[in-house]
Amino acid sequence: MRIFVCIKQVPDSAQIRVHPVTNTIMRQGVPTIINPYDLFGLEEALRLRDRFGGEVTVLSMGPPMASESLRKALGYGADRGLLLTDRFFAGSDTLATSYALSRLIEKAAEEQGMPHIVFCGKQTIDGDTAQVGPGIAQRLGLSQLTYVSAIDAVDPEQGTITVRRRADHGVQVLSSRLPAMITMLEGSNQIRRGTQNDVLRAARSDITQWNAAGVGIEDLSLCGLRGSPTVVKRVFAPSVRSEKATIVSSESGVSATASALIEAILERQPALETDLLEQASGY
Amino acid sequence: MTTSSPQAAGQRAGMKKELPEHFRSYKHVWVFIEFEHGRIHPVSLELLGEGRKLADKLGVELAGVLLGSGADSLDDATRNCFAYGADVVYRVEHPVLAQYRNQPYTKVMTELVEKFQPEIMLLGATVLGRDLAGSVATTLKTGLTADCTELAIDDERSLAATRPTFGGSLLCTIHTLNYRPQMATVRPRVMAMPRPEEGREGRVVVYTPELEEERIITKVLDFLPDDAAEASGLAFADIVVAGGMGLRSEENIQLVRQLASVLGGDWGGSRPLVQKGWIAADRQIGQTGKTIRPKLYIAAGISGAIQHRVGVEGADMIVAINTDPNAPIFDFAHLGVVSDAVALLPVLTEAFRQRLLVNRMAG
Amino acid sequence: MSNTTRFDAIVVGAGPSGNAAAYTMARAGLNVLQIERGEYAGSKNVQGAILYADALEQMIPDFREEAPLERHIVEQRIWMMDDKGHTGMHHRSDDYNEERPNRYTIIRAQFDKWFNRQVRDAGATVLYETTVTDLLRDAQGRVIGVQTDREGDGYYADVVVLAEGVNALVGQRSGLRPELRAEDVALAVKEMHFLPQETIESRFNITGGEGVVIEAMGTITEGMVGTAFLYTNRESISIGIGCLVSDLSRVGKCSPYQLLDRFKAHPSIRSLLEGSEMKEYAAHLIPEGGYRAIPELAGDGWIAVGDAGHFVNAVHREGSNLAMTTGRLAAETIIDLHRQGQRCTRQALGAYRKRLENSFVMKDMKKYKDVPRMLEKQGSTIMDLYPRLMNGAAQTWFRVDGRDKKAKENAIVKAAWHARGLGLLGDAVKLARAWR
Ligand SMILES: Cc1cc2nc3c(=O)[nH]c(=O)nc-3n(C[C@H](O)[C@H](O)[C@H](O)COP(=O)(O)OP(=O)(O)OC[C@H]3O[C@@H](n4cnc5c(N)ncnc54)[C@H](O)[C@@H]3O)c2cc1C
Ligand SMILES: Cc1cc2nc3c(=O)[nH]c(=O)nc-3n(C[C@H](O)[C@H](O)[C@H](O)COP(=O)(O)OP(=O)(O)OC[C@H]3O[C@@H](n4cnc5c(N)ncnc54)[C@H](O)[C@@H]3O)c2cc1C
Ligand SMILES: Nc1ncnc2c1ncn2[C@@H]1O[C@H](COP(=O)(O)O)[C@@H](O)[C@H]1O
Repeated sequence: MRIFVCIKQVPDSAQIRVHPVTNTIMRQGVPTIINPYDLFGLEEALRLRDRFGGEVTVLSMGPPMASESLRKALGYGADRGLLLTDRFFAGSDTLATSYALSRLIEKAAEEQGMPHIVFCGKQTIDGDTAQVGPGIAQRLGLSQLTYVSAIDAVDPEQGTITVRRRADHGVQVLSSRLPAMITMLEGSNQIRRGTQNDVLRAARSDITQWNAAGVGIEDLSLCGLRGSPTVVKRVFAPSVRSEKATIVSSESGVSATASALIEAILERQPALETDLLEQASGY
Repeated sequence: MTTSSPQAAGQRAGMKKELPEHFRSYKHVWVFIEFEHGRIHPVSLELLGEGRKLADKLGVELAGVLLGSGADSLDDATRNCFAYGADVVYRVEHPVLAQYRNQPYTKVMTELVEKFQPEIMLLGATVLGRDLAGSVATTLKTGLTADCTELAIDDERSLAATRPTFGGSLLCTIHTLNYRPQMATVRPRVMAMPRPEEGREGRVVVYTPELEEERIITKVLDFLPDDAAEASGLAFADIVVAGGMGLRSEENIQLVRQLASVLGGDWGGSRPLVQKGWIAADRQIGQTGKTIRPKLYIAAGISGAIQHRVGVEGADMIVAINTDPNAPIFDFAHLGVVSDAVALLPVLTEAFRQRLLVNRMAG
Repeated sequence: MSNTTRFDAIVVGAGPSGNAAAYTMARAGLNVLQIERGEYAGSKNVQGAILYADALEQMIPDFREEAPLERHIVEQRIWMMDDKGHTGMHHRSDDYNEERPNRYTIIRAQFDKWFNRQVRDAGATVLYETTVTDLLRDAQGRVIGVQTDREGDGYYADVVVLAEGVNALVGQRSGLRPELRAEDVALAVKEMHFLPQETIESRFNITGGEGVVIEAMGTITEGMVGTAFLYTNRESISIGIGCLVSDLSRVGKCSPYQLLDRFKAHPSIRSLLEGSEMKEYAAHLIPEGGYRAIPELAGDGWIAVGDAGHFVNAVHREGSNLAMTTGRLAAETIIDLHRQGQRCTRQALGAYRKRLENSFVMKDMKKYKDVPRMLEKQGSTIMDLYPRLMNGAAQTWFRVDGRDKKAKENAIVKAAWHARGLGLLGDAVKLARAWR
């Protein structure tokens, strides 16, 4: 089976800080990681490869540094890594990103053949939009299967696939056709630890890099900032409410604090007590 | 691809507002009405409320876009749309639309936009909404802003969509200046539920799409509904008690549950608790968990990181218990106690219990 | 054993010593495998430190052009602290604003990562998130490779360079070195505090890339042997405190974290940190046993460098430079053997020891060989009593309170005499001896 997995290198947002004075992002020393959601797609891809044979190719668009993430993916067991990198891609929003990535996928498909499945993460932790996967599917005409919690059956020869998809009030069992875009739900699997051979191979592999021209992008106005219909006009820190929380004193012990707190709550929300009384039962 | 790219080559997209000629006719605010299993998802009604404000500000109409199969009764849903503020309902009935699938829904939505040309389109950031919004925006080649927490119209009649960014440490305001429609998704419970106005009426526009089941490659084989008894109540509970890392250990989760149960409310927690496996994922409150709008929210041992904050800000009253007087949660809580939650919670629970008991006996 | 898993040398660890060794060998054309357990080089290393340029310059002369350096140090403060204040020495000179400054503050996570990138660019193969669990040996007991925590048959090499840092678990587990003694290691805790660049510069009276270092001792360690420090980075401050593990367990009254909290709350320090945001904290051991604690450094098929060889000069707070130098010297030894087609036997690797003896490394280690022992015995006097006396004396001296100067002098001498008596003299002698 030919499987592509889109992974994005993201700053570990748990470690991002905001400059207390200028309100700008302090990226200094913030480590980058593979978008955690993408690893669910990667593991699913590796499992399919283990079952059916074939290759897993990981793809990314980003700065040259993103090749580190691709190499790391090889260390988990992926077979090759492709990076699309060009200064023209800077400032891409999801529409421009899905355009660039779909061109990269087409380029890779020229060499390897059309993939049976393209995996994306459910969403990224920096963009958090969950739009790039559907965008790629739309552009390449792939069956779009988002929020997939399990792949029940897949037949690469027949080109059929059955998946479970997390919907709003339950699970949909869907059958569809390949090639498909699958975004995996978190928690559906756990990324494996590569073997000694995997990490050694990863450390020695070259990550193939393409630039915009390399993947046949001629119209640069579709890329980066210029190709992005959305415009970020303002970035700001959440406002501090003018009035801070009224602090209930906790100096005279817990029981006094508890009573004082209850008084304070009910004083501000008198209706609550009636509600509570109506609701409370069984005491 | 259904539309051609309107982009004049070489021009730096978006930075300046220069709406191309063919987009000038785009008018009105649309809300995609999520209609599944015979009911409207509450987020769509919330969005009608929000869309109403935007439409009024722009002086245009508010429309609900309702897709379903003929078998479903769309009448009720249509009435509801009007009651919740829509002036127009675009009604699309077709057997292929019986259950949500990306392909036919994307096709229909794209056609509708091209035919009726809205300037703003809002969708719920639900599983369905996100699946659909991404495809529609790509097909239309327009801008889409996900998970907005605030929508406004700026002086130039442009939609200002505010959302958390950089994993939530900051907020940003995003515009789609040169493309139409301006699309945005909003998570359930972020916007207030408007009061319905029964009997309010409006215009129905029926659209009949060309759809053939044979051409739809994805089939729904089965639907396994969630256990109704499960935590879905959290998002709608009037009282929510939640715990964070300040609880220190898994056993102490029960302190939160006990208080919630005495108050007849529901309970949840911050994300690290989910990551530690102390609580189930559907109990997570915040940006990547549930957004709640209770009348009373008690946060015990939660620092109040922005990702958590955006999920609880809609609460009428936020009470924070935290040992650190400088914890960010005190910046947006209404009442605070600087105290050890593990010690205070059981006493608070007991005090509430007593209070209710006394009042019940008295009343 | 497949060909692809065979190397000329395997380096365990990607700290300063491992990077220096791997870099030097890879540059010489050896086929080097370096294995680091952290997510990247530096990820497991305690943040914020001082880099002494010389050791690095020997390997990468133009490192200043691209290495992530925070500030070059123009001012050193040495503080003797009592509970309420400090008496100290400040040394500052514009001379340090030279073209090739000698000391820099760095953030290890970034610096190690950069250094390790040079290693890779030099041609070494580097594995991350892989922990060496054991050494592989042949029938004669010669070390022939390493086993890791990943599935597989191990990696093989002519020689294994143990650059695994102070814990040296691989060496210990393989019986190559004894367990650490509590008297020979200090436990240090450290935090990074973020502050805007402008705030740091105005608070410390510096501009541009200038930096300040404060080393402090005194009552802050509650009589235990240890020191505290504060380094200025570009947009952060590294602050930490460390005490001998033996003292910590003997005194047993407070954890290093509590010590650090108190240090931060000390009136002399508090205002320097005000308004900062604490980002991360970490604890790490420092080998402070000195010359006498240096274990066996080489054997059949293995060699130890850096903290794993106990190379730290605690008096001058030098570690990373010794690590880099020992790493380089070990590498040069191996390169020579490799070129001569010789096996890395215990005997052949003896040349490493000679190189060490000829360098500043062993000379400095020997010079201070008696300091650790002296501190072991005299620690609380030096760490607690003297700072108190000094600060008391300073106050008596500087306060203008109507007492005549002669009376003040007498009071100072009396206080000292009362506290320590003849011991004073003995302490001075011992200190001088240990220093010699
Ligand atoms: C992309 C992204 C999405 C995220 N989404 C969410 C989300 O949806 N929901 C969410 O909650 N988080 C989310 N987070 C995580 C969020 O950034 C915070 O890390 C998290 O909310 C912190 O949880 P906490 O307050 O429980 O823990 P901590 O930040 O560790 O805070 C614990 C608090 O408890 C206090 N405390 C300690 N001991 C006691 C005691 N005995 N009594 C009382 N108080 C005590 C402390 O002072 C501290 O304020 C997300 C992060 C990212 C990067
Ligand atoms: C708080 C503190 C402050 C200091 N300040 C200074 C200073 O200002 N200036 C100075 O010169 N020195 C300072 N030092 C000392 C200096 O940090 C050390 O001497 C130096 O880091 C030693 O380098 P190393 O390469 O031998 O070991 P380390 O830097 O400890 O590197 C060892 C590496 O090996 C890896 N590793 C360990 N075991 C394994 C395994 N089994 N498998 C794979 N990888 C493994 C580790 O992850 C680590 O990356 C300080 C030390 C501390 C603790
Ligand atoms: N620059 C990128 N390179 C590779 N994959 C990406 C990139 N951006 C987004 N993706 C993929 O698209 C998914 C959704 O991203 P997003 O729409 O940004 O939330 C991610 O989980 C990735 O799989």
